[in-house]
Parts: sequence; C-alpha cells; structure tokens
Amino acid sequence: MKSKAISYPYVAWMALFVVAPIVIIVVYAFTAAGGGFSLENFHSMAQYATAFGRSFLLAAVATVVCLLAGYPLAYFLARERGWIHRMATMLIMLPMWMNFLLRTYSWKFLLERNGLLNTLFGLIGLGPFQMIDTQGAIVLGMVYNYLPYMVLPIFSVIAKIDPKVVEAAQDLGANSVTVFRRVIFPLSLPGVLSGITMVFIPSVSTFAISRLLGGSKTLLLGNLIDMQFLGSAYNPHLGSAVSLVMMVIVMVCMAVMNHFGDGEEGVTL
Amino acid sequence: MKKWISLALAGASLMSLTACGGGSAADASNGVVNVYNWGEYIDESIFDDFTAQTGIKVNYTTFESNEALYGKLAGGATGYDVIIPSDYMIGQMIEEDMLEPLDFDNIPNFSDIDETLKNPAYDPENLYSVPYMFGTLGIIYNPTMVDEGEDMETWDVLWNEKYSGDILMFDNSRDTIGIALKKLGYSYNTTDEAEITAAVDELIAQRPLVQAYVMDDIFEKMEGGNAAIGVYYYGDYLTMHENNEDLAFAVPREGTNRYVDAMCIPKGCENKENAEAFINFMCSTDAGLKNCEATYYSSPLLSVREELDEELANDPYAYPDATFATEQCEVYNVLPAETRTLYNDQWVRLMNAG
Repeated sequence: MKSKAISYPYVAWMALFVVAPIVIIVVYAFTAAGGGFSLENFHSMAQYATAFGRSFLLAAVATVVCLLAGYPLAYFLARERGWIHRMATMLIMLPMWMNFLLRTYSWKFLLERNGLLNTLFGLIGLGPFQMIDTQGAIVLGMVYNYLPYMVLPIFSVIAKIDPKVVEAAQDLGANSVTVFRRVIFPLSLPGVLSGITMVFIPSVSTFAISRLLGGSKTLLLGNLIDMQFLGSAYNPHLGSAVSLVMMVIVMVCMAVMNHFGDGEEGVTL
Repeated sequence: MKKWISLALAGASLMSLTACGGGSAADASNGVVNVYNWGEYIDESIFDDFTAQTGIKVNYTTFESNEALYGKLAGGATGYDVIIPSDYMIGQMIEEDMLEPLDFDNIPNFSDIDETLKNPAYDPENLYSVPYMFGTLGIIYNPTMVDEGEDMETWDVLWNEKYSGDILMFDNSRDTIGIALKKLGYSYNTTDEAEITAAVDELIAQRPLVQAYVMDDIFEKMEGGNAAIGVYYYGDYLTMHENNEDLAFAVPREGTNRYVDAMCIPKGCENKENAEAFINFMCSTDAGLKNCEATYYSSPLLSVREELDEELANDPYAYPDATFATEQCEVYNVLPAETRTLYNDQWVRLMNAG
C-alpha cells in the first residue's frame, strides 16, 4: 500500500496535464464555433487527405533512414568497450544538450542558396542546388533530430544480449550471418520497435522542422494544426479534430506494429 | 515515510511553479508591463530608459503576424498589457470586444500624433488605440539577380517563371491574398467570393515558383542573396539595405497597402496604468526618435519628424505625400466575419496545394 502512495503525485500530474487536455481536444473536435454538438469538423477532413498522406510518408521515410543508419551504429557500438564506447555514446548524446530549434535553425544556414554546403560545392564546380525549402530538407531535419532516439533503444537491447547465447549458436555451427539473422536480430526487435515508435511519432506531428526547413512550402499535419491555433486560419475546433484523427491513426499504426513484436518483452529506455 | 517524501516533492514543485509566476514582479519597484509586439520592430534599449524613468520593468515578447497574435489572444492567453496589431486587426478586435478603452488622461503625449492618423477608420472615435508606426508594403529585389531593365513596378513580376525558386511571399493570409487581388485589379477589401477565390487560384498557379513563404526569415534570405525578389514592409527594407547595399525597393503601380500599427491594451490586462505609462513613453520625442532611427519605420509623432535625419524625413516611401498615399495605396479594412472565414479556408487551400 505504501509503495502505491508514492505514485499519487504522478497520477495527479497525468490526470491534470495529460488526460484533461485530451478530454478538451475531444470536446472541441465535436463542437462547432457557435457551440453545440457537431460533426462538421470531420466532414471537411477529406480535403486534408493530402496533408495526412504527406506527413505519414515523410515521417515513414525519415524512420526508415534512421533505422538503416541507426541499427549498424547501435550494433557496433554495443560490441565496443572502453573509450570508443564512451566517446561514441557521448557524441550521440551531445547534440541533444543543445536546443532543438537552434539545432534545426542552423541547418538553414548550411542548406541555403549561398549557404555553407553550396559554397563548398561551388569550389568544385557544382551547384548551386536548391536544398532549403524542399521536402528533402524536412526529412533531413527529422533524421538529424531523431536519430539518437533510434540508436539508444537498439543499443541498450543489443548490449544486454547474453554473450553465451551467441556462443551457443556458434558452437552449433552457425556462421556470423546466421548468428545475426537468427539470434541477434530477433533478440534486438524490441529495441527496433521502440526506436521506430520514438522516431515516427515526433516526425509525423512535427511543425517546427517543416516550418524552418520547408519554408511553408510543404504543409504537414503539424503545420495544419498550428495554423488553426496560432496561424492564418484560426479555428481551434477544426484543429482539435485534425489532432484527434491524427492521434487515432498513430495509435492504430502502433497497435499494428506492436502486434508484430508479440511475444517479445517490450522495452523502454 | 514514502508518502511524506512524495508530498514534500509535490509541495516543492508547486512552490517553484508559483515562485516562477511571481518572481518577475518582485524585482522592479513599480511592477511590470508586458509588451507583445511584432518581431524586429523596436529598439530594445529604450526599455532601460523607460525603467529608469518610471521604475516599471518591461517584459518583452514578439509575434510573427496579426493572425498569430489574434490566435493567441482568442485562445485565452492572458498576461499581455500592451499589444501592437495592425489597423484591420484592431478593428476586428474592437468588434469582438477584445480591447480595453484607453484613459487618454494618462497619455498626454497623444497630442503629438499626426492629426491625419487620429480617429482612423478602424477606431473611428479613437478610444482604443494610439498609433505606433506606419508603413508601406512593396517589392524588395536584388538587382544583381534580376535582368537589367526588368519592370519591377508590377506584381506580375512575382509570377515571372524566369525567377522560379527565387521568389519569396508572405506567410500570412491577408498580405499574400491581397497581392493577388491587386494583381487582378480588385480591391484589398473585396468581399466578393469569386474575386477572392480567383486570387487564390492565381496564388496556387504561382506556388511552384515560390521559394518560401516567410515572415522575418526574409531578412536572412534577402541580405544573404538567397532569393532575388521578395515582398515586405518598407521600414524593414531599409534595415536590409543597410546590411546588403545591392537591394532595391519598388512599389507596384497596380497599388499597394499602407498600414498603421497601433498600441492597444487587451481585455484582462492586469497592469493598465503601467501599460498607459508605456504607451505615453513611446509617444515621447526621445523614445520615438530613438525607436524610429533603429527600426527605420515611419513615426506618427510630429516632433520626431522634425528632429529626424533629413534623408529619412524626406524619404518618399517612408513619409509619402498625400497623392501617393491616396492614389497608389489602399488600407486594409476590417472584413466581415464570413469573409474572414473564407480567407481562412482559402489560405489552407493554398498552403495544402502541391
């Protein structure tokens, strides 16, 4: 009983700052500007299908890139010991100590028409390329910001794999490819799943990255929602409805994905 | 025991929350004034002068567009004492009862305001607002990046495929849709749905040519030669020109917008006397002059214009004569509610295109 009591402040916190806002979103989503129950906000949802498609596509691309880049990194990092390990962990964590907006903003100066990268390309006679204000720049921003969230969970799972399991596989005649395919990869799946979740969800709902690196040329869901609250199209009811639909789609995605991870023990950082 | 620890922790976090809330008020002898203004639109060093004169501390925050300001206040945000929206937004806020009437006894410097800017259409009895600055909207371009002899005095140049990827537009509905309305020869204040829809069709056709829709990011883009043609406010053009002497300014002959930004007090303000003291201070010659020299915007204060550097005081765009102001410029009026809803829908249609 006593150990339960210690969680009360957190439960109160959750009720106040997580559950209550969601209730408010639901109420707003199902009312019209004049008040009273209404499904009007959902009727107009179809016209934003392209924004939904665009957001989920870009977030999926960023997640795949993070996985392809992050898995090998996490794998080799987990095998390293001593100073290389410490240094690499440090380098992954280091950017996270800086403000997210500042980090993203600095990419602007690298990608601009007369930015650092185009200047370097110019020296070898290439370009200038239009890099800023494109969808590619947005994906780059997502990968850059969320890569650590892919690496760290995979890393912590692989590092905990008992070396004896690998040795047993080798004793039974498995070569290194088979060991990876049949032993290490399946055991690392919980890390992969939580990595995917932790990259995909912030990517699909971002508005700052597309605002800073996309020049308002690519409307993502985050921007559509932002616009209904603090932008040029004030309508918190529609904004709440879009948020709600996005939450439901994300939850369905996660449920489907966790289904594949069934039987594995879920991991969290 | 554990219960006590958790209670103590909860108590401590609550205390730190309240401490944050009250902390800012405690360190100035005469309280605070919370000012909410456009970005890049004030000389922040005058806050120290104000505190030295009055003992009131200034908390300063900025917004990006009238629409962002409106969204914030309509969403229930409080804690702002002085806000500085533009003409049409002031009219809309008066209509929606979001502003507090001013006590002009506390703002004696109001007498220095240019008579032609008093009792404006957006605040006919001048109960709610005191002009802050005014200005003209136009095309800013980099002559090294456009063809020699290119006709820049037309909005059509923003639709020229030659400059694909080099064009910047506003990231707010009123200014951007307004440009297309003028291009088509309509009024900024049209309520005709067909005209507004046609303007947005034009903008959708233009969208592939646009590098980005920006607000204050335009400074970095134009100063760094990252875009050839943009649209923005004349005062900010002068600031950009100081950092990149190549830049030039043109006013399209189809007509452009002239606007006034004015200081208001939102409903729910908790430091009304301090807010009025701040507004009065901003209308003093010293502060007005300093602010004007730093931002390059046009001052509504007659005494400031007398003391202003001659070059700026005679600048035809900064202080236009009556013919220019009436013949080439049109102000934004408050649009009726259904037209505002149409603007919102059409803006989302534009942003969601392609």
